[in-house]
Amino acid sequence: MSLSVLVTLAVIFAELSLLAFGGANAVVSEMQRRVVDIQHWMSATDFIALYALAQTAPGPNLMIATLIGWRVASLPGAIVAQVALILPSSLLTAATVAIWGRFRDAPWRRFVQAGIGPVTVGLIAAGAALIARTAATDWILAAIAAVVTVLHLRTRLHPLWLFAIGALYGLVGLV
Amino acid sequence: MAPSGDDEAAPAPSIGDLFNAFLGIGLMGFGGVLAIARQMLVETRRWLTPAEFADLLALCQFLPGGNIMNLSVAVGLRFRGWRGALAAIVGLVAAPCAIVVGLAILYDRFFQNPIVAKVFAGLGAAAAGLLIAVSIKLAAPLRTRPSAAVMALICFAAVAVFRFPLLPTMLVLAPASVLVARRFEA
Repeated sequence: MSLSVLVTLAVIFAELSLLAFGGANAVVSEMQRRVVDIQHWMSATDFIALYALAQTAPGPNLMIATLIGWRVASLPGAIVAQVALILPSSLLTAATVAIWGRFRDAPWRRFVQAGIGPVTVGLIAAGAALIARTAATDWILAAIAAVVTVLHLRTRLHPLWLFAIGALYGLVGLV
Repeated sequence: MAPSGDDEAAPAPSIGDLFNAFLGIGLMGFGGVLAIARQMLVETRRWLTPAEFADLLALCQFLPGGNIMNLSVAVGLRFRGWRGALAAIVGLVAAPCAIVVGLAILYDRFFQNPIVAKVFAGLGAAAAGLLIAVSIKLAAPLRTRPSAAVMALICFAAVAVFRFPLLPTMLVLAPASVLVARRFEA
């Protein structure tokens, strides 16, 4: 693997790190655009599979970076992508802790947060639409997505049970 | 730990304590990592009071990056400086990273198997459903904020429909949305 691939991974995920208002789910659609549409590192279906894989693992939901890096450039890629997604926003947090007291109660802080909130909602909804569009390739998969949506809204079922419903789709082919 | 009053804080954690606490949060947390973090930091270990936790969380939600990641940095920094921050964030992500790499190796080995491919198609659909549900939950409070709802829709259209690159989109929409909030929600 070439150094330029690692540099490209670092640039993409560092940029995503600083744009991830609302967490990793807010930048899923941009991640897909860069990794699939622009770099052609994998198909949209592969991207969704990696996204799903990251969601079924414990921990913060930004492990997708490790998986994409791994797919593109094995272990060095995984490390570069994950560190690039973590480091810029972490440094920003560390720098802000020291001055937070000075603007915590400032009126503009309230407006900024009130303004960023809806943008975040739009971004996460866009990610959801994109993943649904790619994942729901037939009516059974669309039905699975719909059932999981309703169950997650209406019940307190653990997400792993909801993923089990999805996995069942592949396993019924066995019988 | 000796019995103590409800609002009595524990002694400041060591670097090893920070690593261990966030290792536990990273491994236990699933979906709702923040709830686990609050329980661990406020109730179990008593490093933070509920008010301190809420204040740090507000800071973390104000900034880009995963809330729980930012929280680990802020908590580590607060008690043990940059070494504490490093210990906390490495603790948080080390085990989940190792787990997903293990899963990726398995996936790489079997993804050409048609059954595995179908299982992943189903998992993808379930992941889509979960994210749709999360979006609906997040969007619900906007029903009482019409101007904010419009900004969310514009942002959705820009990214999902027109597929504009995120950086220029954010450079335009984030300040615009702040101005709208200031104008209509002051």
